[in-house]
Amino acid sequence: MDPRIAEIEKTQVRTDLPAFSPGDTLRVRVRVSEGAKERIQAFEGICIARKGGGLSETFMVRKISGGVGVERIFPLHSPSIEGIDVVRRGHVRRAKLYYLRARSGKRARVRERRWWEGGLAPKSEAATAAEQAEAEAEAEAAAAAEAAALVEAEIAGEEAEAPEVMEAAGTADETGKAAE
Amino acid sequence: MPGLIGKKLGMTQIFTEDGKAVGCTVLEVGPCPVVQVKTARTDGYEAIQLGFGAHREQSVTRPEAGHAARGGLDHAPRVLAEFEPDEGQEYEAGQSLTVDLFEVGQRVKITGATKGRGFQGTVKRHNFGGSRASHGGSAILRKPGSIGPGTDPSRVIKGRKMSGQMGGTQRTAMNRRIEMIDLERNLMLVRGSVPGSRNNVVLIRST
Repeated sequence: MDPRIAEIEKTQVRTDLPAFSPGDTLRVRVRVSEGAKERIQAFEGICIARKGGGLSETFMVRKISGGVGVERIFPLHSPSIEGIDVVRRGHVRRAKLYYLRARSGKRARVRERRWWEGGLAPKSEAATAAEQAEAEAEAEAAAAAEAAALVEAEIAGEEAEAPEVMEAAGTADETGKAAE
Repeated sequence: MPGLIGKKLGMTQIFTEDGKAVGCTVLEVGPCPVVQVKTARTDGYEAIQLGFGAHREQSVTRPEAGHAARGGLDHAPRVLAEFEPDEGQEYEAGQSLTVDLFEVGQRVKITGATKGRGFQGTVKRHNFGGSRASHGGSAILRKPGSIGPGTDPSRVIKGRKMSGQMGGTQRTAMNRRIEMIDLERNLMLVRGSVPGSRNNVVLIRST
């Protein structure tokens, strides 16, 4: 790609969205314009796929609405997405969860993720409390807990660079164990 | 309004204010020096000749170098093209035209050579249907079939669509909307496609 095109794409890419992967339950806040008025509509469901890369990356969210499966594909960097909340992290073993379409009821569930990259999730008080709260708050809490141990983790947390947060969480966990 | 000469850099997408993703072509446009001003008195018609890019020094011929020098340039442009001048606007050789000639939202037509596809059959070149793969047809899958009546005209009617060279011809993409202009980097984004491959030289004129 021509570097000048990359420059243009860089101005379009959003960096304010949380990191998420297929299997996670998301609440996507979508801007809907009705005539002159604009309001926010939430679409909550399981992310079953992420496709493409760079500016044209998209993700697919599936939910069951009134007994009917509904799937929506969002461009990840679209300005019409007001924000994304990660409600729950899911433990899945593949990148595309199309098999969920053929399943219904209890079979269509996704296990909650109990581990993070770099080891088990911290079982500290902060983490236990955070598990009950929203996953996004959880990430923040974890980052905050690690902040004292690792100044770098704080920076990573502020940037909302999830992979770094996860790694930081894992490292800090190990450090905690070593301390014990 | 005259046009400008540019180069196709490739495609990308941008989001409009209402959140729609739009496929766009990125063009490097200008700066284009005026190499020669043609007038009705001296040349029989009004035109301005613009240049774009720079020739490698060793490949510049003496006539090219002389022509560029007469236009007040220190090196010969790689491309020369003539455009219709604006009525009442004064142009002089040596002045430079840049992308600020155009504005966002304006419609332009973009002329360039299409990608060369070589000698192609009728299926690819003219969207012929081909023949069915089963029911006994053998080796006629992509053949054009009959090319006209028999003994009576004893010739093939002119304009018959047949195999031949495809692509590499000049085409104009009409009514392309300018989505973005970058004066600093001399870039222009137009909605939709533009003839040719990357690094293809294109002419941009207003519609």
